[in-house]
Amino acid sequence: MAKLTFIGGIHPYDGKDLSKDSAIQNVLPGNELAYPVSQHIGAPAKPIVAKGDRVLVGQKIAEAGGFVSAPVHSSVSGTVKSIEPRRVATGDMVMSIVIENDSLYEEVGFSARTSLDAVKREEIVGLVREAGIVGMGGAGFPTHVKLSPKEPEKIDYVIANCAECEPYLTSDYRRMLEEPEKLVGGLKLILKLFPNAHGILAVEDNKPDCISLLKQYTKDEPGISVKALKTKYPQGGERQLIYAVTGRRINSTMLPADVGCVVNNVDTMVAVYRAVMEGRPLMERIVTVTGDAVANPANFRVRIGSSYEEILAAAGGFREQPEKIICGGPMMGFAMFGLNVAITKTSTALLALTKDEVSALEPGPCINCGRCVEVCPGRVVPSRLADYAAHFDEEAFLANYGMECCECGCCSFVCPAKRPLTQQIKSMRKIQLSKRKK
Amino acid sequence: MSELFKVSSNPHIRSKAATNGLMLAVVIALMPATGFGIYNFGPRALAVIAVTIASTVLTEYFFGFYNRKLSVTDLSAVVTGLLLALNLPVSIPLWMAALGGVFAILVVKMLFGGLGQNFMNPALAARCFLLISFPTAMTAFDCDAYTGATPLALLKSGEPVNLLNMVTGHTAGTIGETSVIAIAVGACLLLVLGVIDLRIPGSYIATFVIFAGLFGGHGFEPSYLAAQLSGGGLMLGAFFMATDYVTRPITIRGQYVFGVFLGLMTGIFRIFGPGAEGVSYAIILGNLLVPLIEKYTMPTAFGYRKGGVRREK
Repeated sequence: MAKLTFIGGIHPYDGKDLSKDSAIQNVLPGNELAYPVSQHIGAPAKPIVAKGDRVLVGQKIAEAGGFVSAPVHSSVSGTVKSIEPRRVATGDMVMSIVIENDSLYEEVGFSARTSLDAVKREEIVGLVREAGIVGMGGAGFPTHVKLSPKEPEKIDYVIANCAECEPYLTSDYRRMLEEPEKLVGGLKLILKLFPNAHGILAVEDNKPDCISLLKQYTKDEPGISVKALKTKYPQGGERQLIYAVTGRRINSTMLPADVGCVVNNVDTMVAVYRAVMEGRPLMERIVTVTGDAVANPANFRVRIGSSYEEILAAAGGFREQPEKIICGGPMMGFAMFGLNVAITKTSTALLALTKDEVSALEPGPCINCGRCVEVCPGRVVPSRLADYAAHFDEEAFLANYGMECCECGCCSFVCPAKRPLTQQIKSMRKIQLSKRKK
Repeated sequence: MSELFKVSSNPHIRSKAATNGLMLAVVIALMPATGFGIYNFGPRALAVIAVTIASTVLTEYFFGFYNRKLSVTDLSAVVTGLLLALNLPVSIPLWMAALGGVFAILVVKMLFGGLGQNFMNPALAARCFLLISFPTAMTAFDCDAYTGATPLALLKSGEPVNLLNMVTGHTAGTIGETSVIAIAVGACLLLVLGVIDLRIPGSYIATFVIFAGLFGGHGFEPSYLAAQLSGGGLMLGAFFMATDYVTRPITIRGQYVFGVFLGLMTGIFRIFGPGAEGVSYAIILGNLLVPLIEKYTMPTAFGYRKGGVRREK
C-alpha cells in the first residue's frame, strides 16, 4: 500500500535524536510568571484580576474576549504583581498578567470524574471552553470553536495530529509514549460530540514505537484507528494531514469541518481529557529544549507563564554560546533575541543553535530552477509569488493564489540561490490579511 | 540588553543545494561528452573549448567589474562557454569561437540583467548567431578525423548511415554532440543528482519520435528513428539545453508543453526544412514562448478546482 502522504514537502535533518529518549521531567517555575492575554488566535482575553489580588493554581485570571477567544488561568498560587505589556516570542509586546509565585501551589478545587462513559455530550464543549484550551501545536486556534461546527453530524473524521513533522521537536512523541491513555481518552471524548465520526490517530512512520503503542491502546476501539504517515515535512500541516488521511482537499478559505474533519494536536487532546476528566484547566504543556547549543536536551512539563530562562536552566544551560534561539521548530518557529519571554499555550520548544546558517548566506539571483514549485505543499509558484510581493504587485499575488501559502518554509529551505521566499510571501500575506480585517 | 541573539524570519535551516553547486554538477556531467569530443576530434577541440570558456568567463568578469557585481563565481559562465564549445565544429576559427562567447554572455545574458534574466539559452543563441553570420565555417564538418557530411545530412539525402558509430560518436558533427553514450552518462548523473528531471527531455524526445515516425517517410522503422535520435544535437539539446532552468517554464505542466513544442519544432525543421539540423532553432524558439506557456499553465493551488473556481464554504 502506498504510504499516506501529500504532494510536495521536504526531508530536512530532523535532530530528534537529541531529545527523544529523555523522559518528560517536571520543572517548577521561578518567582515571577507572566500570562499574556493573547495566547491564541482571536480576541484577547480580558483580565479579571487586579494588582494585589491573591490567586490560586487553576484560578481564571482572564476571561474570553469573545466566541473566538479563550480564558487564561494561573498555573501557580501567589499575588498579582502587575498587568503590563511584556515581550512575547514573536517579538511583539502583549498585555500580560504578572504573578508573583508564593511556591505554595495552593489549588482551587478541581472536580474530577472517574468514568469517561458517564460524561455527557453537552458538557464537553463548555468544559473545553472554560479550560482555555487552544490548538497547542503552534497555531493556537481556540479548541471549543473547532469542536462546535454548524452540523456536527456531518463530521466523518476526528483526526489526532500526531505527525510532529517539525525537526527537533519531541514533545508530542514523549506524550504519546508516556500518556497514551490520556490521548486516546481525549479523542474518545471529542468523538462523543460527533455521532458519525471515526477517530484517527495519524502518526509519522519515524515513530514506530508510538504507532504500535497506540494500536495496542485502541485495539478494542472499533471507532478509532491508527494510521502511519510517510515522514515528510510538513506532514502535520492541517491541510496536508487531512489530505493524507482522507484524500480530501481544503484551501485557505475553508475549515476542516467543510470536508467533514476535525483536527487536533496531541497535546490539545490530552488537555481536553484533563479538562473534562480531571477538571483541570490548561495550565501546563510539554516543551522540548534542544539544539546543539543545549547542554542536556530534554522534554519538560512546564507551567504556562514560566520563562524560557527557567527551562533552559533545567536543561543544564548552554553547552556553547548559541547564535540563534528559536521558539518552536527550525522550520516555522520564531527567532527570539532574548530568553526573558514567557512560555505560552502554544510554545512547543526552545531550540538553541550554535550556528545561524541563514544569516551567513547571501541571496543570489533566482535561476528559475523550480525546486520551490516541486516542494510547495500549497501547489503554488513561490518564486513568482515572492517576486510579486517584492514588487508589491497585489493583483498578481492574489490571482496566483498568494494567500494559499501556509508559510511552512519549504521553498526557502530548498532554494539554491538562498532567496528568502517564505519571508517575502509572508510579509505580503500579512498586509493582505490586515486589509481584509478593515 | 547586553547580549542579543540573531533573529530572522523562518525557516531557520537551509538545504545544502547552491547555485554554483548545480552549475558545477552540469560541468561535471558534460565531462564525458567533452572528453570524447577531444578524443574524437583531436587537440584542436581542446583549443576551441578553452577559447570559448575563457571568452565567456572573461566577459562575465569584466562586465561584473563594470557593474560592480562579481557574478563569475556562480560558474554559470563556465557552463555557457562549455556548452557553446560543444556546439561548434572543431574546424571553426578560434576568433569566431571567442566572438560567440562574448555574444552569449554580453548580449544574451548580461544586457538583459545577468543570471536568471536571459530569455534565451546563451550558448544556443550564440550558436545561432554564429550560424547566421558565418554559415560556411559553422557547417564545415570536414576535419582530420572525418571528411564528408554529418550522419543527419546523409540520412536526409537518403544515404546509408552507420548506426553503431552514431551511438558511440565516431562521426562528423560538432565537438560535443556526436556520442550518445557520453551524453547519456552525463544525463544520468544529472538525473540521479536531481539537477534535471525527465519531464522536458522525455516529452521532447517522445514527441519528436512520433513526429518523425508519422512524417519522416520511413514510418516507425526502428533504424531510421534511432538514427534520427542519435544524430545531430538532439540528445545534447534535450538533456543539457532544453533543461536550462532559466529559459524553460517553471510550471510543471508548462514543462511538458515546452517539451512537446520542442519535439514538434525539431521534427518540422529536420523533416520539412532545408537543413538536416533543427534542435538549436527549436529550443531558441521554445525559449521565446516560455512566458506565454507559463501564463497559461500556472498551477491551481491545493484545494481549488481546476481553473481557479473557488469552492465557497
